[in-house]
Amino acid sequence: MGSLIRDGHLIDPAHGIDGQHDLYLNDGFVAALDHQPVDFVTGRVIEAQGLVVCPGLIDLRARLREPGLEHKATIESEVKAAIAAGITTLCIPPDTNPVIDTPAMAQMIQQRAWRTGNTFIHPIGALTKNLEGNVLTDMAALDEAGCVGVSNALNPVKDTVVMRRAMQYASTFDLTVFLHPQDPWLQGNGCVHEGQISTRLGLPAIPEAAETVGVARELALIETTGARCHFCQLSSARAVEMVAEAQHRGLPVSADVSAHHLHLTEHDIGFFNTQCHVIPPLRTERDRDQLRQAVKDGVIAVICSDHQPHEPDAKLAPFSKSEPGISGLETLLPLTLKLVDKHLSLSEAVATLTHKPARTLGIDAGHLGPGATADVCIFDPEQEWIFRREHMVSKGRNTPFQGWPFKGKVTHVLIGGEVVYENGSEK
Amino acid sequence: MTTAEIQFDTDGNLHHFLTIEGLGRDTLIRILDTAESFIDVGRREIKKVPLLRGKTVVNLFFESSTRTRTTFEIAAKRLSADVINLNPQRLSTSKGESVLDTVNNLEAMHTDLFVVRDSHSGAAFLVAQHVPPHVSIINGGDGRHEHPTQAMLDVFTIRQHRPDFENLRVAIVGDILHSRVARSQIHALNILGAAELRVIAPNTLLPTEVERLGVHVYNDMKLGLKDVDIIIMLRLQLERMQGTLIASEQEYFNLYGLTQEKLAYANPNALVMHPGPINRGLEIASDVADGPNSVILAQVTNGIAVRMSVMAMLLGGQSARRQD
Repeated sequence: MGSLIRDGHLIDPAHGIDGQHDLYLNDGFVAALDHQPVDFVTGRVIEAQGLVVCPGLIDLRARLREPGLEHKATIESEVKAAIAAGITTLCIPPDTNPVIDTPAMAQMIQQRAWRTGNTFIHPIGALTKNLEGNVLTDMAALDEAGCVGVSNALNPVKDTVVMRRAMQYASTFDLTVFLHPQDPWLQGNGCVHEGQISTRLGLPAIPEAAETVGVARELALIETTGARCHFCQLSSARAVEMVAEAQHRGLPVSADVSAHHLHLTEHDIGFFNTQCHVIPPLRTERDRDQLRQAVKDGVIAVICSDHQPHEPDAKLAPFSKSEPGISGLETLLPLTLKLVDKHLSLSEAVATLTHKPARTLGIDAGHLGPGATADVCIFDPEQEWIFRREHMVSKGRNTPFQGWPFKGKVTHVLIGGEVVYENGSEK
Repeated sequence: MTTAEIQFDTDGNLHHFLTIEGLGRDTLIRILDTAESFIDVGRREIKKVPLLRGKTVVNLFFESSTRTRTTFEIAAKRLSADVINLNPQRLSTSKGESVLDTVNNLEAMHTDLFVVRDSHSGAAFLVAQHVPPHVSIINGGDGRHEHPTQAMLDVFTIRQHRPDFENLRVAIVGDILHSRVARSQIHALNILGAAELRVIAPNTLLPTEVERLGVHVYNDMKLGLKDVDIIIMLRLQLERMQGTLIASEQEYFNLYGLTQEKLAYANPNALVMHPGPINRGLEIASDVADGPNSVILAQVTNGIAVRMSVMAMLLGGQSARRQD
């Protein structure tokens, strides 16, 4: 039996669709647009007048904390949070404990995910064994085991020779290398952007140069190895300029930004608000504005949550001792929609969360063409609501967005054609 | 949250003393005036007033200190409070207990005031946000952020000699980057309307955008000390220098150590101050530290009266002002 999503505002950037349409789903796949297929037996009908119907969202970077840090969150708890936020595909970095540096680990995580629901979880494999930056992983085997790329996560590969060979090796298997550009010495033990706030609060600082030196090194290596690379979570205007220039020269580089870096600046730290402790740090207003512009221009293709759920104690410490990160799954769509009108069109906003991350990962998802898996997110673009920590689904309620007014709320989520979430409750 | 919202209670009384930044001139003057009234107590035979009788003050120093802890202890005792000194470095936190756990445990013993010192910026804020409403917190120094009672005793000492803040040029010399004392002093002197504030240091010891705190930056002592009335030397903590912040002790002393020769660049009778402890021959020459321009020991004496003043204001309410 099929489902019909009737008369919604269908946005499918991969196919240039942005208008009123009926969407027919059958056997877990997209069957047709507007014209009922001949053998279609109508089952569930979702009336979607006034609602936006788009591909299920893809989050390029979310830490689910399992295995290793289950006191913070679990795959089960975070998959629920993802679904409530319209996210149907998650990509997780390799810095779990143990690290995803063997095919067995990659498979185990995917199996646990399948057990908890239909959400697709794509692991990224480690670039070096145990993320230590010394010995390359068996990348071909990781690729075979379902890893969509390789990365050393937040652990810097200090040795430039190792990084160069890692890129060469990854390119052998056409694997994308996900990079967190940072100069480990300039980053030091810093916890905030080096600027007026670090000076005023006397906090150890991370200069912009920590990022630009990192980007410069990686770009030089990309140029000689030809490896396809993706810069994770750019935070500074200058780094964006460098990546834009590299793209202009035709280097195979893409980039993402976390949703919070598009809205917060160093000033939001106020007096030691540990909810704003993130790495890379929140920088200046100019940096934030340039990051927004880069999303508009396409230099930054993807907005991600950089989800890092924590237990309350992790943030109950002096700023520099608190753990960095934001529980971001449930603010990914609302923060992205907050850029609509002023900075992005609705269709551009949806593309940064669907079609573009799918392209970055090289997966067949994030679009609603005939034959695509029927992962669908439906949201009411006009609904106004206030974000409340108490209502978060994620086990981690560490958020700096408490009390923020948002416009646009998820009403339905379908995975493989099944309604898994509807108007505030899991199905 | 503003500093006023954190530090004042709903009646507008100072309830915590965490940072100078954001305080008004009136508040600083009231602290100084109240301290003035306590100066005499230290000169009496019986050095006690009964203002805080029955109150319990806990000195909670997660970072070691002798001088600051001692002056807080003497100040509390002169106000007749019961004082407990804890150095949890050697106790609970080394067993994994957090700052907040320690405070909660002590709070359960019905204490009234904590003086908190910690090596992490913002620690005193964190504690203030998590104690019950009747408990007050004094920041005894948090990381590189602030050391507000030290700054108050410094401006108190300045006022004893030069009450005309609006005519004063003040130079702070040395490791501004790591100095919580300097940050508090800069805020205090700006609030009190000093004519000009300067910082003098090599660029490695200056934080980014330090001008935005309201100071002029100098790298050179000769230029920086010209026309200056107050010279505040900061302690150079060698263990923080990592071999790259200063080249050598000799070169540092040659360039930034306060000698008689460099003192002569400043105005005649310029006051020389230092929050202590002094590194003789590193940031200051002995003959200057012990010379006629130096008020370094007066700073220590005044530290007691100023800390009495802050404690009395926090715990005794406004009535504490002139009971003596």
